[in-house]
This record gives sequence, structure tokens and C-alpha cells, in this order.
Amino acid sequence: MKKRIVLSPYLVWSTIFIIAPVSLIFIFAFRDIDGNFSLSNLKNVFMYSDVFLSSLSLSIMATLACLIIGYPTAYLISRTNPKTQKLLIALIAMPMWLNFLLKTYAWMTILEDNGIINNLLFYLGLQKLKIINTQGAVVFGMVYNFITYMILPIYSVLIKTDKHIIEAAQDLGANQNKIFFKITLPLSIPGIISGVSMVFVPSVSTFILSRMLGGGTSLLIGDVIDIQFLGSVYNPWLGSAISLILMLLIFLCMAIINFFDNSKAEKEIAAF
Amino acid sequence: MITIKNTFSKIYICIVFLFLYFPIGTLIAFSFNASKSRAVWSGFTLHWYKTLFADGETLKAIQNTFIIASTASILATIIGTAAAIGILKLTKWPRKIIMNITNLPMVNPEIVTGISFMLLFTIIQKSTGLLEQGILTLIISHTTFCLPYVILSVLPKLRQVNFSIYEAALDLGCTPFRAFVKVVLRDIMPGIITGAIMAFTLSIDDFVVSYFTSGATQTLSISIYSMSKRSISPEINALSSILFLLILALLLVVNFRKSEEAPKEIS
Repeated sequence: MKKRIVLSPYLVWSTIFIIAPVSLIFIFAFRDIDGNFSLSNLKNVFMYSDVFLSSLSLSIMATLACLIIGYPTAYLISRTNPKTQKLLIALIAMPMWLNFLLKTYAWMTILEDNGIINNLLFYLGLQKLKIINTQGAVVFGMVYNFITYMILPIYSVLIKTDKHIIEAAQDLGANQNKIFFKITLPLSIPGIISGVSMVFVPSVSTFILSRMLGGGTSLLIGDVIDIQFLGSVYNPWLGSAISLILMLLIFLCMAIINFFDNSKAEKEIAAF
Repeated sequence: MITIKNTFSKIYICIVFLFLYFPIGTLIAFSFNASKSRAVWSGFTLHWYKTLFADGETLKAIQNTFIIASTASILATIIGTAAAIGILKLTKWPRKIIMNITNLPMVNPEIVTGISFMLLFTIIQKSTGLLEQGILTLIISHTTFCLPYVILSVLPKLRQVNFSIYEAALDLGCTPFRAFVKVVLRDIMPGIITGAIMAFTLSIDDFVVSYFTSGATQTLSISIYSMSKRSISPEINALSSILFLLILALLLVVNFRKSEEAPKEIS
């Protein structure tokens, strides 16, 4: 009786504002302008397959870069003493709370043709670099904005690693490298997995970033969706179809990632 | 514990922090820049801090942002805490279904959440004339994406509550409401506060969902976005420096609270 009363506001809210909006995407994706059932929107999504491909490849690059930079960072922080750890992690999380448009705008200042880096290179008598308005700059922006989501989950798994296992390995004569590759790394895989998905999802669906740092060199899925809703062409039907495919794509990626996670976890349990 | 002995690892950490803070440093530095240029330094000034507080449009955007963030975080905290209590008592399958629905706004890309709200609000407005896109739709959408964070920070605390104490209070003649406030609510308060702070900061920081649901209403993120198409006024740099310090203070308070709470839990 009582549980129904406390839960009911949330049930009503989530039906109207979570389930209904997502269902609308499905409905719109399968309708044409006159409201009839149609598959033409989904067919038209294939016109954007190169956009999907470039979004995918840029976000995969960004995710890998985050992993390569983020893992050692999380690992090194986890090896410091608890007080330093707390401070360093707070400092890592801090930039996350600053508006991402502002941070990206600051990077524009730094990276542009007459920006801080190029001015610095000029004073040093070096050749100016073409950084902004390239695909590389877009990947760079993704890495900057989302790397925290990689570092934090890996760190939280690393500090939970049972110290006794490492000590046992040391006692049995394993060297530092062996301990890292046989114990620390395998045990931190759940952290890597949640980090990868937390970086990949916002990267693949990002918009604005490509316009600010990429100068329109490469349209991403997010930008294409934006154009259908608030851009020059108003076509919510096609926009919904693209969003639907994007959602399915992400759920598929998550399912694949989670599949690896589960099989790993089961193996680990079996090994004990 | 091993401290960082290796100079290499120290350098590595420094480079990562340099990378993280370089744009923020630039942002703050240029809030004191005398010229409007965002790349050339031409002397120190506090001019932008003064004009910031004289600029009606920016002040309006700040006001809107805070109205939305506080309303949405209060709503999300109340509905979310109640929901968490309800979810705790559910049997396995209903709970699984509800948790999946709860996770949906977190798993879904922000842009998809944004356009799905836009579709909903447009349809409601077309058919009933209600819910014109503005502050109200912003509050609704922000509450919705904050709810999962509140629920997920309250639930673990609820699991730790010792319900025998609650029953003992009832046996000793407490009314259920009083017992709930004195026992359960007191225990889960840290979770509620964390959830509320998270909701507040997420709402202030949000751009993507606001972009699709704001109509003509200006929030801070929206006005930064429209400025970024031309050039961002150094006033915004000044404002973000202030915000940065505020958030830093807020985080310190939260950290401070956490270290104070620890001994209480043991006793």
C-alpha cells in the first residue's frame, strides 16, 4: 500500500517524460509527413552512412586515446598515498563541472591559426601548425571533454584491487611487470569497460564540437540530427529515424561490451 | 602506501593536469584582458567583471539558469527519493523493469533525449496549446534527466538502513511518519544531499537538452552558444571564472562533509 503511494509520482513522471518521448522517436521514424506508415525515413538514413562511419571512426579514436592516456593516469594516482589520491581525483573531476562550450571555446583560442600555441611557435621561430578545423582537432576536443569519464571508473576499480593478491604474487617471486599484466590489468577490466562506454557514447553522439573545432570539415551524426530539428530543413521524421539508428547502434555496442564483461567475470569466478 | 618515487610518473601526471587545466587557465586569464581579443594580451583590467553585472541579458540568463536548476533539483530530489523508497520494497521483476526505465536517460545519448523532449512538447503544444517551450519545459526536461542520479545515489544508502530500528521506534509509540523522519530519512540524508548537488550541477551545466527544449528562453549555456557563433564576450570569461570558484567551493564543502561523516557512521 505505502510503497505504491511513494512510487506513484515517479511512475507517472517516467511514463510521460521518459517512455512517451522515446516512443515518439519510434513513431516518427516510421511515419511520413502525412502520418502514414512508411519505411522511407529509414531508407534515407543510408544517405548518411558516411557520416555514421566518420562519427564512429572519430569516436573510436577518441576512446582509444582516452584509454591510452587515462589508464596510466588512473594507475599512477592509485599508487599515491590516500591523501594525495583524494586531492588528485578531486582535481581530475573539477574541470567536468565547467560548461563544455566554454572549455571548447578556450581551446579554440589556444589552437587557432593565430592562437596561443601558434604565437608561441612563431616567437620561437618555428613553423606555424594547422591545428584547428581538422578532424584531429575534433578528436582532441572529444578526448579533452570526456577523458574524466575514463579515468574515474578505472581508478575506482584499481583502488578496490585486493592488495593481498599482489602481495601473494610478490611473495611467490613475480616481478612488477608480471604483477601488472597478470593481476592489476585483468582485475581492472570492469573499470576499462565502463570507461570505454562512458567515453564512447557521448563521443559518437556529440554535436557542436565538430562545428567549433572541426570548422565543418566533418559532419557528425549529432550535427545531422540537429539540422533535421533546428537547422535549415525541418524534418523530424528523418531526424527520428537517424536518432533511432544511433540509439540501436549504441545499444548494440553496449551489448557487445557487456558480453565481454560478463564472459570475463564468469571466467574469473571459475578460476577461483 | 607507495608514494610516487619515479620522476617519470610525476612528469606524466603533471602533463595530464596541464592538459586539463590549460584551457581553464586561459579562460580565467583572459577575463582580466583589457582588449576584447581572445588571443592577444593587452593589459590587466577588471572592466569585464563590472560590465557583467550591468548586462541585463546575461543577468537574466543567469537568473533563468538558477531558477531552473533549483526547481529541477528540488523536484528531482523529492520524486527520486520517494521513488527509491518505493523501488527498495519492490519484488525482483518490477524492480528490474523500473531500474531499466530509470537508466534510460543515462544510457541514451543526450541529443536523443533532447530531440525526444522536443517531439513530446511540440505534440502536446499542438494538440492542447499547453506547455509552450520555455522555462516550464526546461524544468521538466532537467528534472527528468536528474532523476536517475538522485535515485542511484539514494538507493545504496537505503540498502544500508537498519529497518529494525524503524520498527523499534514504531513499537515504542512513534508515529510511522515521525519514525521515518527520525530513523530512515536521517540515515539516507547523505545520499539525498549528494543526489541534490549532482542534480543541481548537472542542470546548470546542461547544454544539449536545453538547446532542444528552451524555445526562446535564454539560459547561460544557450547564451554562451549563441555568442560562440560570433565571438564570446570576455564578460562570459569573467562569469565562468566566478562560477569555477563557486563550484570549487561547493566541491570542497562536499569533500569536507564526507570526511566529517565518516566517524559518525562508525559510532
